[in-house]
Amino acid sequence: MTIDPITLAVLAGRMEQIADEMDATLFRSAFNPIIAEAHDASHGLYHADTGETLVQGKSGLPIFVGVMAFAVKAVIDKAAADGDLAEGDIYIFNDAHIGGTHLSDMRLVRPYFHEGRVFCHLASVGHWHDMGGAVPGNYNPQATEVFQEAFVLPPVKLMRGGVLQQDVVDIILRNTRLPASAQGDLNGQLNALDLGVKRLDALLAEYGAETVRAALDALSDRAEALIKAEVAALPDGRWQAEDFLDNDGISDSPLPIRVALQIKGDRLSLDFTGTADATAGPVNISRGTAEAAVYVAIKHIFSGLPANAGVMRPLSITIPDRSLLSAEFPAPTGGYTETILRMIDVIFAGFAQAAPERVVANAYGTINALSLAGHRADGRRWVMFSFYGGGHGGSAESDGLNHGNAPISTATIPPVEILEAAYPVRFTQWALRPDSAGAGTHRGGLGAVYEIELLEEHGQAFLFGERGCFAPKGAAGGGDAALNRFDYENDGARHVPPMVSKMVGIGLKRGERVRLETPGGGGYGPPAARDPARVARDVALGYVTAEAADRDYGTGWREVRA
Amino acid sequence: MTRRTMVGVDVGGTFTDVFVLDEATGAARVAKVPTTRPDQSRGFLDGIGAQVDDLGSVASVVHGTTAGTNALLERKGARIGIITTAGFRDVLEMRRRDRPRTWGLRGDFEPVVPRDLRLEVPERVLADGTLHTAVDLDAVRAAGKALLEQGCAAVAVLFVNAYANPENERAALAALRDFWPTPHVTCSSDILPEIREFERFSTTALNAYLQPEVSGYLSRLEAALRDGGFGGEFLIVQSNGGVMAVDSACRLPVRTALSGPAAGVIAAAHIAEGAGFADIITGDMGGTSFDVSLIAGGQPALAAQTSIDFGMVVRTPMIEITTIGAGGGSIAWVDKGGLLNIGPESAGSDPGPVAYGRGNTRPTVTDANIVLGRIDPDRPIGGGKLDVAAARAAIDAHVGQPLGLSTEDAAEAIIRVANARMAGAIRLVSIERGHDPARFAFMPFGGGGALHAGAMLAEVGLARAIVPRYPGVTSAMGCVIADMRQDFVQTVNAMTDSADTQALGALVQDHVDRGMRMLDAAGVAFAGRAVELALDMAYLGQTHTVAVPLPVTLRDGRVTPPERAQIATAFDAAYTATYGRLLPGGVTRILNLRTAVIGQRPKFDLAGLAPQGAGSTAPRTSRPVHVGAWVEAAIYDRLALPVGAVIPGPAVLEQPDTTILIEPGMTGTVDMHGNLILTKAEAR
Repeated sequence: MTIDPITLAVLAGRMEQIADEMDATLFRSAFNPIIAEAHDASHGLYHADTGETLVQGKSGLPIFVGVMAFAVKAVIDKAAADGDLAEGDIYIFNDAHIGGTHLSDMRLVRPYFHEGRVFCHLASVGHWHDMGGAVPGNYNPQATEVFQEAFVLPPVKLMRGGVLQQDVVDIILRNTRLPASAQGDLNGQLNALDLGVKRLDALLAEYGAETVRAALDALSDRAEALIKAEVAALPDGRWQAEDFLDNDGISDSPLPIRVALQIKGDRLSLDFTGTADATAGPVNISRGTAEAAVYVAIKHIFSGLPANAGVMRPLSITIPDRSLLSAEFPAPTGGYTETILRMIDVIFAGFAQAAPERVVANAYGTINALSLAGHRADGRRWVMFSFYGGGHGGSAESDGLNHGNAPISTATIPPVEILEAAYPVRFTQWALRPDSAGAGTHRGGLGAVYEIELLEEHGQAFLFGERGCFAPKGAAGGGDAALNRFDYENDGARHVPPMVSKMVGIGLKRGERVRLETPGGGGYGPPAARDPARVARDVALGYVTAEAADRDYGTGWREVRA
Repeated sequence: MTRRTMVGVDVGGTFTDVFVLDEATGAARVAKVPTTRPDQSRGFLDGIGAQVDDLGSVASVVHGTTAGTNALLERKGARIGIITTAGFRDVLEMRRRDRPRTWGLRGDFEPVVPRDLRLEVPERVLADGTLHTAVDLDAVRAAGKALLEQGCAAVAVLFVNAYANPENERAALAALRDFWPTPHVTCSSDILPEIREFERFSTTALNAYLQPEVSGYLSRLEAALRDGGFGGEFLIVQSNGGVMAVDSACRLPVRTALSGPAAGVIAAAHIAEGAGFADIITGDMGGTSFDVSLIAGGQPALAAQTSIDFGMVVRTPMIEITTIGAGGGSIAWVDKGGLLNIGPESAGSDPGPVAYGRGNTRPTVTDANIVLGRIDPDRPIGGGKLDVAAARAAIDAHVGQPLGLSTEDAAEAIIRVANARMAGAIRLVSIERGHDPARFAFMPFGGGGALHAGAMLAEVGLARAIVPRYPGVTSAMGCVIADMRQDFVQTVNAMTDSADTQALGALVQDHVDRGMRMLDAAGVAFAGRAVELALDMAYLGQTHTVAVPLPVTLRDGRVTPPERAQIATAFDAAYTATYGRLLPGGVTRILNLRTAVIGQRPKFDLAGLAPQGAGSTAPRTSRPVHVGAWVEAAIYDRLALPVGAVIPGPAVLEQPDTTILIEPGMTGTVDMHGNLILTKAEAR
């Protein structure tokens, strides 16, 4: 059946609201701060047969918008092979080679039945605090197989016909350092799925299954029409861009990521041929993750597009086999965030040549997963795990945002006071980092400096970061931002990790500090065109030092008042 | 002389509304005068003067103000400085590492205090309250003097972990007060002794930013009132829906951020209760937005914090108001994928809808209502005449042609999509919070909402709608009704099974003592006093808390401390209600303790507002109205309808401040207070 445009508009809002409400339910009830504060989770409705994303919540992690389709498809295939799918079943898994991203992300998929048939799938994904493996928090830059990263769970039934399989729960809880947190997050995800079922029941009762199905089809078609119209408005041509990861955490050599961007009429193709081969260390990603990263970049560039699979139809994506972007089991994928951030950076750099007004300069480009961990005097284990922020790129309209979150995420950072109340640490600095932004007509936003002191007798630090060797790039003539920098104190001396921004098991004693200085964003437009009064103001406020201002902008600013 | 008149004044962007109540007779009068700018006090006094001859007869003037909100939104607060812990000067600017919009990565942020006015001093308190480094008072004095030289009118002291131990902040405050020339010196542990430095610093800094401006405005108003012979109490409505004395408002202006809208919600609760409905959802439809609030069991829902704008967080209990960008001025447009959208772009009230003829050419929700005959083009709210042909042409060009619809069908489509968005906001505050909408009545106020009330019943499954007799002056009326209320918070951060309940009791005692002193000092007659207590609790490891209400027992002013078992049981009940699943064997902790001390003001009898006498149930006229198809609808003068009148749809009820649509299949009934109760015809 076809659906009238008005009912379609109404249903689009209703279904998005269901996904949003599932997000909100998990954010509020999750136990670990990575979901509760950083919103590293997502919910949506997926196609009954193909698993394609139909509707996704607005507040979930952007990267999941694309990647969950692969997770749902894996469950569809598994159910078809086993032939035992029943109403009330829920599958659970974290296997990144099947479902994308990394092993920390626990996925729950619930086939939604209507009149005895699968109408669509509901899915919930959330980043759990710890899933076993060699390193608390699972960011292990020295992993060479997934087994050193975390416990691997393939798709299995968590619920059979509405009955919880306690065996499965027991296996999961025995394989984490933080079972209470895991149990709490699991409950939250089940609550979110229950809520989705309740809301879908009401929607189908109100509008009828046929109408809702027609609306879902029409929304994908509409998304396709929208992106075609956007692409058709851009000039035809072919552009290339490249950037590098510092290293894979195992051997100290840069890893190129290359893209050739081609626009022809309303078609857009992205070819990643020339990208590094799969690596021993954990910066690999699966093909599904790579396609999802393309989606995130496209959605940032064309920010009015809806969150469904129709957007991907006019895109052709070429990913070379056995590359960094198409790794196979059991290659480690724990650091997937770094690789997809770099993919987004090169896609932006490609578009910056094709249509500079459509993009912003590169953001800081690294998640900087920094953990401090240890045991308290009474023997209890503690793990403080967080991602840290940096600057956003300048744009045609304004300077970049100071201290923003990563483009793949909408995560907020926990307050210092919450961290200090929960863990034996003291922050000695939590500040903007001068001279960290790329110069430009509109300069980048500033990165940050975080300095943390250990208050217990012994502890360890773990870092998984990037951009220590290759800086975030400017656009349209703007300058590059500062490099990521990390050091730690041992016996009165300061040390830098051999792999620059990656290291495990850094031993710390009471009073010793680690210091993380994150990149700002790239600049936009030639620095020479920046208003000297703005430069003078930057110097007066300490965003830019006088020396850096002279170097990047010339001394003209010294003649004007801030 | 006996002062027996109470006056509520709500100063809005366009009009200043006044509600005057004679406490002896219960008679009420209303006035609407233009808001004066930049000095709002002239309109304020004109409005009162329109209904009150002698200011000396007024017992209290209660003010709902947007002075604070506007200063925040327009960034017109004072030049202020902050003094903060070494290493943390950028907290206000770094926020919680968020961004303005999920998609697009564009936009930047300027904090209200620029970086060169944020100075650091040596000091440090640890999370458990231990004094790590005593504050360097010489450094504080030097910083304060530097800020004065820079022309700062106010200064705020913002120290990390001051919620756990305010000693350093208090010492710095005392040192600054010695030489700071104005009273505008504050510290974060006084304004909000609650964990989370960004939220506490932001609230305190925004408070300081507003202090010079708002206290100046309120003092000028008070002086003008006194000059006019006013000898009663001057009170200000807070965002929490309670009132405070004017000196508290000068000290805590950030608590007035939602003053006007909160007063409206308070009035709505009272009107609904008088009509026999304790559960309602209010909808205020303005030019650019639709504001929704939920009242369950007579109690408005409270939110813990809000963002006035990106990065401008105010954390203080406030009436929860959910806003979506769908107002009368919201623009309808068809996107490249062929889908009809409403807003977020709005023509506002200037230039306004196409039919106003002030230059806008893109169709709005109000234009659709005009084209469909629901608004009389010859008698619109605010006077003048409307250009129906221009509205039709705009709808045709921007919606009808792209979608292949007739003008009327396109206008209906605009209304349907706008209704769907408004219904979404109502679902958000009801269904999504676990409330069954069938229990609730919808109360539209403001000018536009009553045209959409019937649709809300159909879309969300609400039982009925109540249109108050004077929907345009609800905020002014709320000023007269609101209780006096003081909120207190203190971060506790203790495990429930080892919490020191005596210490909790002592905290409540301190809050109660301070609150009661403020009630005593206000010089206002109360019908009663009440204390509310809630703990913010969570399982260990969770960062989001649930509010766990506990009863407070007061004997001769002494608080009986709560018991651990009682707290644990209350947590399970609150958690189950919020999330469904408890965590077996989970360890719980108490993060914050919140107390509200309330002085209940006498409620006036709404019968004073009811229509008197036989009135008239005859339609004034009739005209074609499009509701699916053109039908001839009866047009009534709403204020002439007597108590008990029953009007079947289709009909349009007109009055100076709103227009009500009764759709076919619905019925409107005038209740004993003059409210119009709208129900489905068969459901009466």
